[in-house]
Amino acid sequence: MTALDTMKAKDGVDQETVDAVQSVEKYKYGFSTDIEMDFAPKGVNEDIVRLISSKNEEPEWMTEWRLQAFRRWQQMDEPDWAMVHYPEIDFQDIYYYAKPKSMLVKPKSLDEVDPKLLATYEKLGIPLKEQMILAGIEGAGDTPAEGRKVAVDAVFDSVSIGTTFKDELAKAGVIFCSISEAIREHPELVKKYLGSVVPQSDNYYATLNSAVFSDGSFVYIPEGTKCPMELSTYFRINAENTGQFERTLIIADKGSYVSYLEGCTAPKRDTNQLHAAVVELVIMEDAEIKYSTVQNWFPGDENGKGGIYNFVTKRADCRGDRAKVMWTQVETGSAVTWKYPSCILRGDDSSGEFYSIAIANNYQQADTGTKMVHLGKNTKSRIVSKGISAGRAQNTYRGLVSMHPKAKNSRNYTQCDSLLIGDKCGAHTVPYIEVRNNSSRVEHEATTSKVDDEQLFYCRQRGIDEEAALALIVNGFAKEVLQSLPMEFAMEAQALVAISLEGSVG
Amino acid sequence: MAVSKAKSAAPDARLAAIISPVGGKWASEARKSALTRLHDMGLPTRRDEYWKFTRPDELTKADATPATLLETDEKPVFCDIDRLRLVFVDGVFDPDISDQMAMEHVEIEPLANAAEKDIHWARDIYGVLENSGQSPVNRPLAALNTATATQGMVIRVTGKAPRPICLHYVRTSETADAVVHHIVKVEAGGDVTLLENGPAAARINKVLEVDIADGGAFHHVRTQGRDHERRAAAHIFARLGTESSFKSFSLTVNGALTRNECVIEILGDNAHATIAGAAVGDGKTHPFHQDDTVFITHDAVNCESRQVFKKVLRNGATGVFQGKILVKPGAQKTDGYQISQGLMLDDDSQFLAKPELEIYADDVACSHGSTVGAIDADALFYLMSRGIPRAQATDLLVLSFLAAALEEIENEEIRKDIFGRLEAWIERHRN
Repeated sequence: MTALDTMKAKDGVDQETVDAVQSVEKYKYGFSTDIEMDFAPKGVNEDIVRLISSKNEEPEWMTEWRLQAFRRWQQMDEPDWAMVHYPEIDFQDIYYYAKPKSMLVKPKSLDEVDPKLLATYEKLGIPLKEQMILAGIEGAGDTPAEGRKVAVDAVFDSVSIGTTFKDELAKAGVIFCSISEAIREHPELVKKYLGSVVPQSDNYYATLNSAVFSDGSFVYIPEGTKCPMELSTYFRINAENTGQFERTLIIADKGSYVSYLEGCTAPKRDTNQLHAAVVELVIMEDAEIKYSTVQNWFPGDENGKGGIYNFVTKRADCRGDRAKVMWTQVETGSAVTWKYPSCILRGDDSSGEFYSIAIANNYQQADTGTKMVHLGKNTKSRIVSKGISAGRAQNTYRGLVSMHPKAKNSRNYTQCDSLLIGDKCGAHTVPYIEVRNNSSRVEHEATTSKVDDEQLFYCRQRGIDEEAALALIVNGFAKEVLQSLPMEFAMEAQALVAISLEGSVG
Repeated sequence: MAVSKAKSAAPDARLAAIISPVGGKWASEARKSALTRLHDMGLPTRRDEYWKFTRPDELTKADATPATLLETDEKPVFCDIDRLRLVFVDGVFDPDISDQMAMEHVEIEPLANAAEKDIHWARDIYGVLENSGQSPVNRPLAALNTATATQGMVIRVTGKAPRPICLHYVRTSETADAVVHHIVKVEAGGDVTLLENGPAAARINKVLEVDIADGGAFHHVRTQGRDHERRAAAHIFARLGTESSFKSFSLTVNGALTRNECVIEILGDNAHATIAGAAVGDGKTHPFHQDDTVFITHDAVNCESRQVFKKVLRNGATGVFQGKILVKPGAQKTDGYQISQGLMLDDDSQFLAKPELEIYADDVACSHGSTVGAIDADALFYLMSRGIPRAQATDLLVLSFLAAALEEIENEEIRKDIFGRLEAWIERHRN
């Protein structure tokens, strides 16, 4: 099947690990849905930007906002600093807007949605009918988790096809809808927060996104509210030669809490497709957002043909004191990943966490990591990143930890481990550390087997041999990362738990 | 990968003004090709990723900013060590106050002499290692050096040198802008220690190219001069053969700007390279900015490299570390170690680091660590509770922090000398 079959793992990398990587490699979501689509003409220009805006029935200020971004984008250069290589993208050879024909008249409820679309999501393991409780991604078993509900916003190519549990969420005061709907229904919120975390002209892809984003999810959790269920967006690219540019904006007002999941898949196609999303999180005083992603875009075939270019800007702004944010990502897909979910720790005592497992096989290239910008006093951040490369893949951790002069008594701990399976792949680490006060502590580690001596001693003392003890500790550690994922996603990630870090390199 | 881009007009004017001196055939050719190289890549600017933490302006502008001479009664470092001393005054070799250039197993010749000859073995090293070190990251200041240098030493080592060779830089002028280029060829089985000390000039651009053949050993210890206002860009380019050894240690105390670049290519199996550095900076009376930029390429089997860098910073001092280990495909059994640590004695200083790994082989052990923080309060309390006054306790902890880098110096006598310098500096700079 894949190059992994013939690959010989070096001694010390256990078979379980190789099998786990291999199983991840079998892309289960490669089917495509045959459905009539309404495309905007190929390419991007001011007319296309206006067209997208008018298709979404946007007010004038929004159109203007997009055009501003588009004008900036035209003056920008594509970034080339990441350790990824791909043929030049022809930005005029992409469809920027693709909408299923059946969605031309917006369905009033999910019951009116084209069954074909619903079936697509069903097949992906995302039932969009409210009476059904999300049983988890494939392999979750027959018994759904008791009483657990997950509200889903499903985005198909350029449009959101529906959002579940809206009424129940509304009762709690939570707004969960597509961003196009939010622009129409809650302009005051969108106006206030859109682009406030990731400015219009933040970077090349974010600027392009600001100009042409077609849909995405919007969440507002009011003051003191714990969101009654987990929220989820499921992105599906279906149409050929289509770029997906979605925009997610989540606002957690004072003292609120929400856990948000994001999943994404695409059919197997020979050509590369572009996905350039922007995710903005605003976290007020004492609020908390948990944002989890299982990124499972089509990675291309074993010869490196096709696959998604995933160029994503994700950023969380901890505006209030004691605000908390946690990014968890399991990256197994995409031909090329360029993604750095970041935390701006502005409020005093705010905290940011980043847990990442990135698996790259065949010709995949992943350049991913995080930025922790400490601005407030006593802010804390923690980065745990594990990269696994196999085949001819290149996996890079790139991160920034910045302690500003006013971020007194702040802490950061970074750990990144890499594992290479085979001698044709690469693992790279590019951390930036900038410390501008002395009451803060920053520690960056990337060592082969960073196992706590005390834990090891404890196990050895109880008669467990060294190797078994190591495996126990390492596995326990990996599980700790995966456990920060909500249950449904943990299922998807379960295959990765077996991965041990033996034979890994910094 | 860094790709050179066309630079703006202002540095272009500066570039156009650079003329390479005429010498013998090989030297003229080497300088000409370096000048072409320099024109292709342009001078570094603030926007270059590789100059993200250090502003290159003072190093690239046409004339050096004058630097006041430091008056000190401290004896020069290494003065008690039995060494062959070669003196450079304001970047120009002065044979009259230098020792005889003769020692068993060693041939020494000023670059100016070697460059006059039509044929010289230096041709295979001069600018060659520098050129090789221009990829994947450009080092335009080194190309500028190769293109324009007329001063320096050309040293060939054929066996074990009986005593260290010391390049002693003396400053007499407030405006001297020096360009110095040394090359050292260690033949198979050769073994030499090179010492460097002194402030050299108001601004110095220095390149040291070291070619170590199979089984050769090269030791290098340098201190960069205590003058507060001096600026320096120093480069080391080394090429390591089978079972060879390269060890370099740098001590930086004071200096408005110090950029130390070290580019090591390990090409032979079972070779070893160590690059270590200790820097202490106090920005109270004069700015202090110190930058260690290291790039080690492993392109052979079973080699080891160590990078150990420690920086103590206070009163707005800046310490920078950019270190990279590149393990090429097939460089199995590589053992790469890298540690960079900043100790900040107050809230105004900054430590900026980029410890990078790029690995293309699966049977390697590479680790890097980087920490920044203040003096450990528990350790301080422990010492004070045993009756040691705070100031003295702080000094002890600072010295013990730096000790790990000093331990990389093999020669005990030299290590003690360096240690003494640090102790004296710390005493002078108590808050």
